[in-house]
Order: sequence, then C-alpha cells, then structure tokens
Amino acid sequence: MTATVSAEAALALGDDALVLSHRLGEWAGHAPVLEEEVALANIALDLLGQARVLLSQVGDEDELAYLREERAFRNLQLVEQPNGDFAHTIARQLYFSTYQHLLYGELAAGGGEFTALAAKAVKEVEYHRDHAEQWTLRLGDGTEESHGRMQRACEALWRFTGEMFQPVPGLELNWTDLEARWTTSVTSVLDRATLTVPEGPRTGAWAAGAGRQGLHTESFGRMLAEMQHLHRSHPGASW
Amino acid sequence: MTGVTATATAAAGTDASSLAVFDAAVAADERIEPRDWMPEAYRSSLVRQMAQHAHSEIIGMQPEANWITRAPSLRRKAILMAKVQDEAGHGLYLYSAAETLGTGRDELLDKLHSGRQKYSSIFNYPTLTWADVGAIGWLVDGAAITNQVPLCRCSYGPYARAMVRICKEESFHQRQGYELLLTLSKGTPEQHAMAQDAVNRWWWPSLMMFGPPDDESAHSAQSMTWKIKRHSNDELRQRFVDIAVGQAEGLGLTLPDPELRWNEERGHHDFGEIDWTEFWEVLKGNGPCNEQRITQRRRAHEEGAWVRDAAAAYATKQQTTHQATQQTQPAQQATAAAAQHPNGEATA
Repeated sequence: MTATVSAEAALALGDDALVLSHRLGEWAGHAPVLEEEVALANIALDLLGQARVLLSQVGDEDELAYLREERAFRNLQLVEQPNGDFAHTIARQLYFSTYQHLLYGELAAGGGEFTALAAKAVKEVEYHRDHAEQWTLRLGDGTEESHGRMQRACEALWRFTGEMFQPVPGLELNWTDLEARWTTSVTSVLDRATLTVPEGPRTGAWAAGAGRQGLHTESFGRMLAEMQHLHRSHPGASW
Repeated sequence: MTGVTATATAAAGTDASSLAVFDAAVAADERIEPRDWMPEAYRSSLVRQMAQHAHSEIIGMQPEANWITRAPSLRRKAILMAKVQDEAGHGLYLYSAAETLGTGRDELLDKLHSGRQKYSSIFNYPTLTWADVGAIGWLVDGAAITNQVPLCRCSYGPYARAMVRICKEESFHQRQGYELLLTLSKGTPEQHAMAQDAVNRWWWPSLMMFGPPDDESAHSAQSMTWKIKRHSNDELRQRFVDIAVGQAEGLGLTLPDPELRWNEERGHHDFGEIDWTEFWEVLKGNGPCNEQRITQRRRAHEEGAWVRDAAAAYATKQQTTHQATQQTQPAQQATAAAAQHPNGEATA
C-alpha cells in the first residue's frame, strides 16, 4: 500500500465526515425540538473530530478543508445533499451512518492503518446510526404526514446510495459484502418504520463513484463558498 | 398553576405560619425546594426569571450559530459547535428547573413565541464578523457569569443547582472567547482591527445586560429580600467593568469609553453613561435583530410541529403495543424493550 493510496482513502473518509458535519451544523438554532439541537450538534461534532484526524493524516487540516476547490473534494454526493426538511436529514443520516458503521466496523477489525481511528469512531457512529433509526421509526410510523415526508425523503436520496460501494483505493474491503449488509440493515429499519424500500436505481451510470472522483452536485460549490470565504479572505492568517 | 393556587387558598388558614417558616428558611440561607410552601409572588417571580434565563440560552444560540458554517479553522468550528450545543443544554436544564414550579416547558415556549416573556436584550445585536464570536465569549459570557455566579447561592434550590452546572461551562466559554480575541489581536493588522471593532460594538450592550439602574429596577428590592438576587444591578455592573478593564489591557484592545478611568477614592473604575434610550428601545422590541430572532425561533418551532406530532403519535402506538405485550409477556421482556429506547423520553 503506497502513501498516495493511503492519502486517497483518508481524504475520502475525511471529506465525508467534514462535509456531513458542516451540513448538520446548519441545523443549529433551527431544530424541531431542543433535544435535537443537542443531538444534531453532537453528531456534527463527532464527525468533525473524525474529519480532523483523517485530514491530518494527509496534510494540514485547514489547508485541506479551506483551500481545496470542489473538484478536489472526495466526499460522497450523499453527504453534500442540502438538509431539506427533518425527514431528509434523517434519511441522509440513516443511509450514511449505516454505511459508516459497517465500514468502520470492518476497518476497526482489519488491523490496517485506520484501525485506531475506526475503533474510536465506530462507537460514535453506533450512536449516530441508532439516532437515525429511532427517528426513521418515529417519522415512518408516526402520523400520515410524517410517513409521507419520510417516504419521499428516502426516495429522493436513494439514487445517491450506490456510490458508497464504489471501491476506495487503499481500503481493502469486500465492497459487495458491505453493500449486501447495508441493504439488509436499511431494509430492516424501513420495514419496521412501515416504509417502502425505494425501487429506483441506486447508481445511474452518470453517478457511479462521482463524488469520490471530485464530481459533485451543484449545491456543493455554494456550500464550500460559505465554508471557505473567511479563511480565504485572510491568506496566511492564524485563527 | 391552578392546582397550586387552589391548594394555597384552601390552606389560607395556615398561611401565616407557612409564611413564617418560609421567611425563617430564607433568613437562615436554607434552600427552598419544589414541595415547600412558598408565597405565590415568589413562585411567579422565579418562573419569570428562570424562563427568561432559559429563553436567553435558546435565542442566544442564534447570533453564534450564524458563524458555525463560516468558522475560519476546523478547531474554531469545533469549539463554536460545542458551545452552541452547551447553550441548548443550558436551556434544557433551566426549563426543567422552571418546571419544578409547576409551569411546563411548552407553556413557557409559547410565552416566548408570543412575546409575553422576554429574553436577554443582548441577543438582539447582530454578529457581523468572526471577531464578534470572540467578543460574545469574552464580554457577553463574562457579564452573564458576573450575574450568574451569585445565583449559585439563590434561595431556590433547583435554580441554584442548575446555575452551578451552567457557570462551570460558561467560564470555559469565556476563556475560549478571550483566547479567540487574543489570537486576532496579535494576528494580522486586519485581524486586530476586526477584534477592536467587535469590542467597540459589544461593550455597551454588555453593560446593559445587568439591567436598568438600581432606582429603575422594578423587581430588584423584592428579589433581594427573597435572596433570589444577591447584589444590585449597579453593583454587578461595576464589578464587571473593574474586571474587564484589566482583561482588555491583556488583549491589547481598548474599550470604547472616553470617560473610563480608575477612581482611587472609590477603589473602582468610573465609566460613562449608558444609552438608556437604546436599552429601553431594544427591550421594547426595536433593537437591530428582535424581529429576526423571534421569527427564526417561531419558524423552527412551527416547522418542527409535524416532527413533534410524529414522535407523540409513535410513542402512543408503542405504549399501546407495550401494554398489550405486557399482558401476555413476562416483565423481563418489557424491561428489555424499554432499554432499547434510551432516548424515548426526549420528545415524548
């Protein structure tokens, strides 16, 4: 395993965590209940912590976060999707945290270079997954309105789930097995939430592994503009 | 509240002795607890103050959250997120403490949303630059701590205990804010100017956080008799100014008051007159961000209504299923089911 390959993996995982953390940070002051202000910020902080460890393995965390342009980011398109309503945020959390939980579980057991990080992160991610599952159940099996919103959210984000299983160079995993376990887990939650597993394609040819190759969706550039503008306005300054 | 009032009326015959017990407890610096008898005015005054305090934590998230997505380094972003999260937590402690007096959180939030209860006037000022995040930490949290440390000895037990927990975290936030400003002050000329500008804008509003002058403070005298409050507004404001002057020097920043100087005779700093017209205007709702703050809070609440409804409907269904299960299953299973939902109470 060469250093370049390792950097590619660290960037992919680090960018996922960084970008999703940022999106969750946008909820601050807007959550439906105070307990969710705490929970969403908590998850955002865990992810930001993971991102900082991962990016620091590649270089300077701030240079990487604030000075790369969107074509250089390696995160999944799923995590950059706008928050939408609470159901969209929860569906994104369910899809991603289930993936991250399985992935970190493998890495924690694998004895590779990400073992230490994964061993710590898997505990945090277990909480994230549980949080997303509990809310999927509440919204899916709550009221007619919440059921409808949750179903629409699951469908809207479904087409971004395939790219999670495009192999990341440097991560020696059985991606097919990971995908099968992810599908089983998500299907089980959606079933219990009285929701229907979306039927649409999970990977259009246009989208296969796109985020991992630096091909992002339109809203991502705007997100980065906001995230980076202050840092970029003061080149070389310390904060 | 109706139940409490009815009890108080029914017990009118024993009021004089209850009052004597209450007065003696307050005089002896004992804590009043939720089940203790207390004068209705003491109860309502505490509900008002604690609710306003809780509301301030919640509204106070907004000016700082305004910078989460633009924080200039990942370290600062993490610190700011953690701080805003703490504030939501403080709001939760304080609503819980207020609930021990018989008023539910929903009712208090409703009063906030309809403008019948207030929050601290400071949060009606905008955060215009990154340095404002530091100025809020240093000055606004600093003023809050000066106000709140004496509340750790407040006569009402649940409030005093909440304040002990809150003050620890607030002191931490204040140090972080100070450190943020120090970094800017010692940074590039642009960063230094940004820090100075923020201090210039936040200094006077911070002094206003201590409330109107003593002779215009409606609740002060009674609150001090009841030992809810321990010091007057002007005393606390003076204490804050005396501390802040030295800290400003440490930062290498100036405070925007030409009349600020040490008075050897008083052993305190003299300082200029606060713009009380501005203070009362902000309090009446005419500050720079009053409309924006309350609108965002209302919108978050209204747009979240379907989520809360869903959680309630789901909880009801689970309870029904749970009860049905309990009739046929051993208790062990019910315990296991409950343990699977550790956060179930969060939105119930």
